[in-house]
Amino acid sequence: MKSTLKRAGYNKVQRQMNDVFIQFTSKVIFLIILLFSVNLFLAGHYTPGGGFVGGLLAASAIILLLMAYDYETVKKMIPVNFHLMISLGLALAIVVPTLLFLFGAPFFTHQHTYVTVPVFGEVALHTAVIFDVGVFLTVAGTSLLIVTLVGGTEK
Amino acid sequence: MTNFINIVVIISIIIFAFAMLGMIYRVIKGPTLHDRVITLDAFGVTLMGMIGLVSMALDTSYMLVVIMLIGMIGFIATIGFAKFLEKGVIIENDRDNNS
Repeated sequence: MKSTLKRAGYNKVQRQMNDVFIQFTSKVIFLIILLFSVNLFLAGHYTPGGGFVGGLLAASAIILLLMAYDYETVKKMIPVNFHLMISLGLALAIVVPTLLFLFGAPFFTHQHTYVTVPVFGEVALHTAVIFDVGVFLTVAGTSLLIVTLVGGTEK
Repeated sequence: MTNFINIVVIISIIIFAFAMLGMIYRVIKGPTLHDRVITLDAFGVTLMGMIGLVSMALDTSYMLVVIMLIGMIGFIATIGFAKFLEKGVIIENDRDNNS
């Protein structure tokens, strides 16, 4: 690659410039992994899955983009502050059981109801989903923060 | 599940376990780093096959999610190892120096 580019007339040639395949493929596989993480997150009530595994898989999808591109590009693609993500997740995970506690039920007693939706029929609404969203955001933000702080190179 | 398939599944699990033992030997003993990387990739594939066999033996379909999860994590790990072997740096800060 390097000698070919030099023969073609390029003077400044860096090492390993042919990353077209991994960059194109990672953009497709990123969406597949993110969809599967949402599937795991929603399946976590009765079957294997849940907020923790879904958050780890969403973090690994963004790590795939970080490996294919670089840190500045991914920060421009996904402008999310990881500190804010962890704070929002912890706030959701703390506030929801405390609210249920204040309304008379024991701590961590979740409430559920059934709503009839035109297309899907009867759908269950559960407050444990909000708590699990908090776990999802906390785990994804923490693992992404650790990877970008420890694995990233110095400027 | 019939008796014949049960016996075949149990014999296959034993063969996969011996294959994984050989891979662990190669990971510890392997002369170069490339041998260890390729062995770890093959270990992930063998683990996926073994979980499929175990879910056949237990007659459940809950473990199929685990197979897909291990496949995705193994794919990302393979890309990370390949980039480390080729370049030495996995997550770059600014690859084109254009900021």
